[in-house]
Amino acid sequence: MAKKPHDTPNLDQLESGPWPSFVTGLKRLAEDKDAAVDLLGHLEHSYATKKGYWKGGTVGVYGYGGGIIPRFTEIKDENGKPVYPDAAEFHTLRVMPPAGMHYSTEILRKLADIWERHGSGLIAFHGQSGDIMFQGATTENVQKAFDEINEAGFDLGGAGPALRTAMSCVGAARCEQSCYDEGKAHRMVINSFLDDIHRPALPYKFKFKFSGCPNDCMNSIQRADLAVIGTWRDNIRTDEPLAKKWYAKHGMNELVNDVVARCPTKAIQLKEIKDVRKGKAISAVALNDTHALEIDNSDCVRCMHCINVMTGALAPGTDKGATILCGGKRTLKIGDQMGTVVVPFQRLQSEEDYEKIVELGQKIIDFFAENALEHERTGEMIERIGLVNFLEGIGLDVDPNMVSAPRTNPYVRADGWDEEVAKIKAKKAAA
Amino acid sequence: MAQPQQQIRKAKETGVPDAKQYMHPTLRANHGNWKYHDRPRPGVLHHVSHSGAEVWTVRAGTQRQMDVHTIRKLCDIGDRYADGHVRFTIRSNIEYMVAEQKKVAPLIEALEKNGFPVGGTGNSVSMIAHTQGWLHCDIPGTDASGVVKALMDELHHEFRHEEMPNRVHMSTSCCEINCGGQADIAIIVQYTKPPKINHDLVANVCERPAVVARCPVAAIRPALVNGKPSLEVDEKKCMCCGACYPPCPPMQINDPDHTKLAIWVGGKNSNARAKPTFMKMVAAGLPNNPPRWPEVAEVVKKILRVYKEDARPWERLSDWVERIGWPRFFEKTGLTFTKYLIDDWRGSRANLNASTHIRF
Repeated sequence: MAKKPHDTPNLDQLESGPWPSFVTGLKRLAEDKDAAVDLLGHLEHSYATKKGYWKGGTVGVYGYGGGIIPRFTEIKDENGKPVYPDAAEFHTLRVMPPAGMHYSTEILRKLADIWERHGSGLIAFHGQSGDIMFQGATTENVQKAFDEINEAGFDLGGAGPALRTAMSCVGAARCEQSCYDEGKAHRMVINSFLDDIHRPALPYKFKFKFSGCPNDCMNSIQRADLAVIGTWRDNIRTDEPLAKKWYAKHGMNELVNDVVARCPTKAIQLKEIKDVRKGKAISAVALNDTHALEIDNSDCVRCMHCINVMTGALAPGTDKGATILCGGKRTLKIGDQMGTVVVPFQRLQSEEDYEKIVELGQKIIDFFAENALEHERTGEMIERIGLVNFLEGIGLDVDPNMVSAPRTNPYVRADGWDEEVAKIKAKKAAA
Repeated sequence: MAQPQQQIRKAKETGVPDAKQYMHPTLRANHGNWKYHDRPRPGVLHHVSHSGAEVWTVRAGTQRQMDVHTIRKLCDIGDRYADGHVRFTIRSNIEYMVAEQKKVAPLIEALEKNGFPVGGTGNSVSMIAHTQGWLHCDIPGTDASGVVKALMDELHHEFRHEEMPNRVHMSTSCCEINCGGQADIAIIVQYTKPPKINHDLVANVCERPAVVARCPVAAIRPALVNGKPSLEVDEKKCMCCGACYPPCPPMQINDPDHTKLAIWVGGKNSNARAKPTFMKMVAAGLPNNPPRWPEVAEVVKKILRVYKEDARPWERLSDWVERIGWPRFFEKTGLTFTKYLIDDWRGSRANLNASTHIRF
């Protein structure tokens, strides 16, 4: 039995309605836990006054410098005593989930039991950082909770100026569009840089995200310093029975308006079967006895649209890997930056292929650590020094796939032009 | 040397756990070998492997901020009606995988009976990606879980049905840092007044050069105030982003009345059709009005209603606006285009109309 609940007239209004209510959940916790009683009081105070009342601090576990988000209450009475004493310390443990966020009910129950013993009983699956967030431990209990979570096979994620917890999509585990083993890449990369996660020493945060195809379900291009997005080099695969089945169900109007007309590079055409071209870069599939889709793969930008609409009938090719983009982030400080291409294609099939992502990650993190200003993300650093300096720093060659267009202004000293051309030609000849 | 009284346990730096140990056996057996999927009904995915194996996934909404009792309830459902394996999506939906079709209907019934709406697949409005807000953030302008609960109550039907032109991803963010992320429709705090500085605290709490460096418009400079080292803000330059507040809490940016909410639309991370896009601000000045933020819900629902009526199949919100143009977006949604929506940050001329392309 916990102490008497506070009045929460504002929060009470979030118990009605059909969506699952976190307030109802907190009230259930408050039946046995004083921390939850006071958390509800604390939150109600925010609702009543329309302000937040937590401050950070320094709390950690033995051996690590990050991974805990400390929270101390700022709601104090005239004597400086916390008004909600049982929620006065309400720290979060950021814990890295398995890649793809797969769980057995057994492990979920185990984690819940640990958090009931040592914390408030409130867990977020998952925070925007991609972590499981165990919310609400006292300073004293942080270590106890971590020890048990760690024994259960889990480790802390990133916080502060450090390598951060990564995210990867469901991918190869359950998606036909997957172009590589996202979970493998995710684990290999992150588990190679645990020191950079656990002991924050970078200029600012650095995030990896892994999406299995250009649908980019992990939102990596807008959020990750290094986005690994699956793609393929060879032709789109086709399956005639599934194509015919799709066409029989959806018909000509949907085929033309939703598939052919929406191809961003007009690589896809509707043809009479007798007119379908043959060629190395052509994928074609019959839709009925007279008509076929013809895709010129050399014009295709692998956007995924036609494959999304006609899944199975059309599918990514088999020469699979990833495009790697660098520098995505939201506004602060210089404005939004999308990740941009630094590696147009990295094959991802053999063990060595995957190791190349780790090597690239290492080079970029090292360069970032050396060259970024304090509180500067990679995208901002690249904006400041220029992509070419960044590429030279990490040892990558320029490639026209890295730009949407060549420069539109003449403000460049080009006296090294002949030398560059000779160098690129020599490299090509040697390849 | 004194012995430590208690041995401190050394962390096992194990990193990301191997997902395969928790994965549904059918997913494990068909890893990398899936052929296609379809959706038998909203909230259900049916995947078929090249091996012929099939798996059904039932997706349900959760409150994300879950008490252990809710987690155990979800586990009970997973043990009784599914195969004991679950996963979570990036939008905090839970997914139950089952190897037999006959398990799907009883699983859906059990989830809905226990208050977990089944949906969030395909052309639905999925669960809102959100932040921590007043519940746990140190710099929030508003709440997160509460805003999302209030909105998802109103979008319950849209979550459970696939009736939109294409999928709709939403996010909320409790300050301008926008941890909620890019989305088709995003609700983000928009401060409207420069920070109020508590000069008594600055010298002790803030690393002043770091705070000066943090300002995107160089509006902050060191100053002596009442004989104490502090900071001052050039209020003509300040555009009220709040970037100074996290490194220097005495620069209080939050205010019960002046912290407002803005609505942004058209963010798209997918490369499908057009290249990925950033979202654009289309409304601001909405009141921060707990516990249910009705003014925000009104604008969001209006945008969704017009998008649903007007967009063609497969058009994401950004694709739709690309076709109809911004003037018609404002006309149809009834939102007002004001001078505050014309970009004046670096690179802003790229957002001006350098053509005679005008729809009449």
